[in-house]
Amino acid sequence: MATEILMPALSPTMEEGTLAKWLKNEGDTVAAGDIIAEIETDKATMEFEAVDEGILGKILVPAGTAGVKVNTPIAVLVEEGESADDVKPASPKADAPAPAAPVSAVEEAPHPVKAADTTPDWPEGTEMKSMTVREALREAMAEEMRGDASVYLMGEEVGEYQGAYKISQGLLDEFGAKRVIDTPITEHGFAGIAVGSAFGGLRPIVEFMTFNFAMQAIDQIINSAAKTLYMSGGQMGCPIVFRGPNGAAARVAAQHSQDYAAWYAQIPGLKVVMPYSAADAKGLLKSAIRDPNPVIFLENEILYGRSFDVPVLDDFTIPFGKAKIWREGTDVTLVSFGIGMAHTLEAADKLAEQGISAEVIDLRTLRPIDYDTVLTSVMKTNRCVTVEEGWPVGSIGNHLSAVIMERAFDYLDAPVINCTGKDVPMPYAANLEKLALITSDEVVDAVKKVTYR
Amino acid sequence: MAARKGSEASNASKANISKDDLLTYYRDMLLIRRFEEKAGQLYGMGLIGGFCHLYIGQEAVVVGLEAAAEDGDKRITSYRDHGHMLACGMDPKGVMAELTGREGGLSKGKGGSMHMFSKEKHFYGGHGIVGAQVPLGAGLAFADKYNENGRVTFTYFGDGAANQGQVYETFNMAALWKLPVIFVIENNQYAMGTAQKRSTSTPDLYTRGEAFGIPGEIVDGMDVLAVKAAGEKAVAHCRAGDGPYILEVKTYRYRGHSMSDPAKYRTREEVQKMREERDAIEHVRELLLAGKHATEDELKAIDKEIKAVVNESAEFAKESPEPALSELWTDIYADDAAQA
Ligand SMILES: Cc1ncc(C[n+]2csc(CCOP(=O)(O)OP(=O)(O)O)c2C)c(N)n1
Ligand SMILES: [Mg+2]
Repeated sequence: MATEILMPALSPTMEEGTLAKWLKNEGDTVAAGDIIAEIETDKATMEFEAVDEGILGKILVPAGTAGVKVNTPIAVLVEEGESADDVKPASPKADAPAPAAPVSAVEEAPHPVKAADTTPDWPEGTEMKSMTVREALREAMAEEMRGDASVYLMGEEVGEYQGAYKISQGLLDEFGAKRVIDTPITEHGFAGIAVGSAFGGLRPIVEFMTFNFAMQAIDQIINSAAKTLYMSGGQMGCPIVFRGPNGAAARVAAQHSQDYAAWYAQIPGLKVVMPYSAADAKGLLKSAIRDPNPVIFLENEILYGRSFDVPVLDDFTIPFGKAKIWREGTDVTLVSFGIGMAHTLEAADKLAEQGISAEVIDLRTLRPIDYDTVLTSVMKTNRCVTVEEGWPVGSIGNHLSAVIMERAFDYLDAPVINCTGKDVPMPYAANLEKLALITSDEVVDAVKKVTYR
Repeated sequence: MAARKGSEASNASKANISKDDLLTYYRDMLLIRRFEEKAGQLYGMGLIGGFCHLYIGQEAVVVGLEAAAEDGDKRITSYRDHGHMLACGMDPKGVMAELTGREGGLSKGKGGSMHMFSKEKHFYGGHGIVGAQVPLGAGLAFADKYNENGRVTFTYFGDGAANQGQVYETFNMAALWKLPVIFVIENNQYAMGTAQKRSTSTPDLYTRGEAFGIPGEIVDGMDVLAVKAAGEKAVAHCRAGDGPYILEVKTYRYRGHSMSDPAKYRTREEVQKMREERDAIEHVRELLLAGKHATEDELKAIDKEIKAVVNESAEFAKESPEPALSELWTDIYADDAAQA
């Protein structure tokens, strides 16, 4: 059967090209794989091979023709005894898929603000005990490892050394070297191994000694862990927790003091948690380990030793996407997370002394974010200040400001102010470091601005 | 532990190859070749877009190693993945429809040529970042060892990928933890336009595990029987609990790196010589004919049968509708039921 040879697309962006040269003449026999022509694209001259065998019956586009559109018939291939006029046009247009129904691909228009979820994190009257964030994290891991044999912990110094920050103290003794694994200093490699083992059905907890070193592994976290479920059309999930201290510690300078909250929060496919209190650290880490998705769990070295009340419950978890209102107020909404909460609560105390009533919201998780709680509060107070340790450009505060503007514009009595770390690498000098970090006084000043006092 | 050249085992086991085995390899390799040729054609027609890396020329590597694998063994590779998927039994229709980005594709059209997966066939992708699949493959092996299920993982990567740092991080941990992983270096002698000798200080990649105590072997990747024999040896090593194994399989890709590669970094003659003198499919074809295992007519019938399978996959790939627009928002997170 005579078939048309079509002008091929030879690159992802090619729409037309020049038929530079025919290497076969009419009447020549052509075998599959023979080069029949040279075609110039905007980038290169490419050899064009025959896919089928036959005889070059007729050349439709002569050599030297420029601007030949992709899929234009350029020649006719015939079989022995056929004529080029017997051609049955290969109609590429018939192959084009029917366009999918013009449903909007954009997520639905701004949803109305839903009532914030105000159910308490634990039943009233639950017994409480004081515990450090460090102990809470360790308990969460130990409990989940007891409950699920597929959970294991991997990282540098997590085993014999008992953890660089002692979060994994005692875990090697209880669970053995099979499940508490010391790695070489090879973040990219072991993050990849852990992701692979999650594809293989395990539930790894990867401890980065600090999140600064997760930069070595960022490709595996984002390209492998976060995207594979999507790329596989839902087949291959990656239940994994990447955890460790994030943000500035004290006097460790630029390469070891960085808040990655906004970085990870940008990635669809990741969940991002940044707890402040010990109860949240415990309840959220347990949820993270059970979550079927990759979770970035951002801890803070300075908070490790702080004590908070934690409920005494057999199985205590906190769901993602539910903010916590630490303090109710009427004049301004303060939104923060992680160690930012320490400055924010301190600022709220100072403000109260000056007669300003601040509502303080701890986001707890940055992906998903509990917009409803924030918006509900802003609709009440009509003013908002966000507080975080990270840099100002592309911050979580920037994002919240945009959402508030879009969904609660009419309720605002002042622009939202974002209190952030200064736009500089972290200096080493004690005085400069202090300047670079966010303080409660800066929060107080911002609140005065938005309340016009 | 020393790496060594040549594979005596391959000659020994060649004698044991049955007619049925030979016919199976012939069929499997031919399916890959015809499928890839069709993919190239559909690319030319604009039905496949973006990057599309064909496996033509390398068929014996994956077919030989699949012959050494058992049910439940795992495999993972790079973006040059169509051959691996077909060889492990994934549906040609699903692969081709993924290439055309349609609903019927193995990733519902959301992964494309470089990103397909099959839990059922233990195929773990399809990865676009050079070298990234190497630790992932070791991780799969880590899970198998953890679960004590006796499985091995075939982790494929290229001669170019072999220079990535994470490969050596992985070699060290895989050896340290005795992971049942076979590192298959598909040395097709080029990384895009870079000939191997222009990128590597020492050309013998099979020796790259020596510093970690990982045995390695060089294998003729144009001889499916040699590949199978080497694969069996590596599998036995892994299953015995002796840790990882490296196979440097010498092969050759006939086509450009991807569809838009004019391949000016090598001569037409070099390609032609490999095709004429070392073609892996021709090799099996000759064995079949010489051993009187099949007649020309029987082989023609197989060709026809394969062509029909490939054409059917192409038809399916053209007719399958594009994914629903609502798919944009699905599969970002796994079902949260487990969290409740
Ligand atoms: C980290 C990274 N760097 C660069 C690229 C671009 N790139 C894609 S394939 C390739 C060549 C790889 O060659 P090789 O490992 O020999 O595999 P082959 O294509 O020959 O199968 C390059 C440089 C990439 N995808 N990822
Ligand atoms: Mg290569």
